[in-house]
Amino acid sequence: MTHYGLFFQFHFYLFGLIAVASALAFVTRQSPVAAALWLVNTMFCLSALFVMLDAQFLGAIQVLVYAGAIMVVFLFVVMLLNLGHPSEVADIKGLGTRLAAGAVGLAMLAEVAVLARQKLPPLLPDLPEGANVVTPVAGPLFREYLLPFEITSVLLLVAIIGAVVLAKRRA
Amino acid sequence: MNPMLLLMQANAFTHFYNPAAPISGAPWLWFTILKLLVVFTVIMVGVAYLTLAERKISAWIQDRYGPNRVGPQGLFQPLADGLKNIMKEETYPDGAYKPLFILAPMMSFIPALITFAVIPFAAPLHTRWGYVTMSIANAPIGFLYILAITSLGVYGIVLAGWSSNNKYSLLGGLRSSAQMVSYEVAMGMATVAVLLLAGNVSLEGIVEQQVHSGWNAFPLLIGFFIFLVAAFAETNRLPFDLPEAESELIAGYHTEYSAMKFSMFFIAEYSNMITASALMTTLFFGGWSVPFWTSVNVAPWVWWKTLITLIAFTIKVVFFLFLFMWVRWTLPRFRYDQLMGLGWKFMLPVALGYIVIMSGALLVLQAVGIAPDARWLGFVPVYWAILGILNLVLAALVFVVLDRGRIVSPAYSRIEAARIARLRARSVRSALTPVEGD
Repeated sequence: MTHYGLFFQFHFYLFGLIAVASALAFVTRQSPVAAALWLVNTMFCLSALFVMLDAQFLGAIQVLVYAGAIMVVFLFVVMLLNLGHPSEVADIKGLGTRLAAGAVGLAMLAEVAVLARQKLPPLLPDLPEGANVVTPVAGPLFREYLLPFEITSVLLLVAIIGAVVLAKRRA
Repeated sequence: MNPMLLLMQANAFTHFYNPAAPISGAPWLWFTILKLLVVFTVIMVGVAYLTLAERKISAWIQDRYGPNRVGPQGLFQPLADGLKNIMKEETYPDGAYKPLFILAPMMSFIPALITFAVIPFAAPLHTRWGYVTMSIANAPIGFLYILAITSLGVYGIVLAGWSSNNKYSLLGGLRSSAQMVSYEVAMGMATVAVLLLAGNVSLEGIVEQQVHSGWNAFPLLIGFFIFLVAAFAETNRLPFDLPEAESELIAGYHTEYSAMKFSMFFIAEYSNMITASALMTTLFFGGWSVPFWTSVNVAPWVWWKTLITLIAFTIKVVFFLFLFMWVRWTLPRFRYDQLMGLGWKFMLPVALGYIVIMSGALLVLQAVGIAPDARWLGFVPVYWAILGILNLVLAALVFVVLDRGRIVSPAYSRIEAARIARLRARSVRSALTPVEGD
């Protein structure tokens, strides 16, 4: 990353720091609503990092899908279940579960360390000024990876049908 | 090669900002800061005067005078209101979750303001250092940025409702989140056709396409209609102001708010209106381009072209702002089930079907060999006209055949006609005694 200037490095570490701090706040908050908001903040910082890497499409989608849709639905559920205030949270797990979760986290950190030592795939060439930013994503998605893409959409459809069936049975 | 990609490439025009001389370095920084300050000021003053305009227009529609005491014709009313809001006492309910109670107005205020950052509001300005694009950030991701940021506006309202610890606020917050999430989908889907025509997601690209091949409002009539309705729902304006339905929820999500924090929700609503109007102008009404005077819309850029296009953009935005107010003081509020029915059972399927039909039509036009900027007899924009006629037919189908009081239905259409006749007959027989039984 030597060819990136001081400006880039400063912002990379700034957003990285905020992302990590928000993620820590996310797992330590007692109130589910506050935790959800810290997660949204983490998503934002990740999106900022994507944009700094010229992956603007990915950055916008990160905010649109995770912060704008999925977390809103989470918040919706949390509020409907009235889990809001810290005193009402009863399902914090015991010590064994926490240790297991910590172990999984450590294993993932180790994996990141191992991956960082490997040779990274080459960067895509820089887009010319004013070029379409969606095409580099859309091209492979609808050509080489068309089948996996379609299968994923079927998977989502199955999930939606499952939700409808469950809701109907309850009623 | 995938035909859709071919189509996108065929539609992508050469970029009409001279790439050889965009502004850069220190002048770029100064111009960006200048644009930032000017746009922020214009929006804040605009919001203040929109509140006056709203009251004046409502008065005009209801045959009253409206505010006319502070200054000539009530022109200083917004100043007085602002001063009052700052001086008033901030109240905090006992049961409120204070950090989020304070954060919520900011979270609805900020997304409303920063969406304007990518909207191009005039032709590029020519300076001695190079061309300055007349949007704060010339983002290639433009339209997706707007979708992403507007999807965050719901947080402020939901959190305000929840943190107030008041059942009416919570109900208002829940209603608004369901409403905004529902209509966001239709809104995004309605604009896919615009992106297909432009072959680009940058708003500059979309304006440029409309300069060359005509405004999108006619060839994408149904897309515009869906977007317009969704914009009303997204800004929580009548006929979709369910989150703050006074008759049911006192004031909805901002019941517990006072002084400047209440004012922030108000500012957010009006800046959302400005952004929605600017977005409709950009996506469907040619952005800053001037109709019937094409030489002003293309390079080489000179300062008066920037000025004229800025005026054209302002006129279009002001028209849509007036439309927002006109509708507010004309239509009654929807019932909640009607709102949801309209969103999910009507707008979303129509928007999805519209994408299929429009992509098919674009493929056919490409196969036949009609280019987007082709002219018959030298002046008839054939591409534009064919798509427009297709949309008129579709609009007739959608409005006449599909929705005959079936989707957005009044309550009396739910019961059979015979029963209504019986009820009516009984109420005529004894007008004073209430109808019993049914």
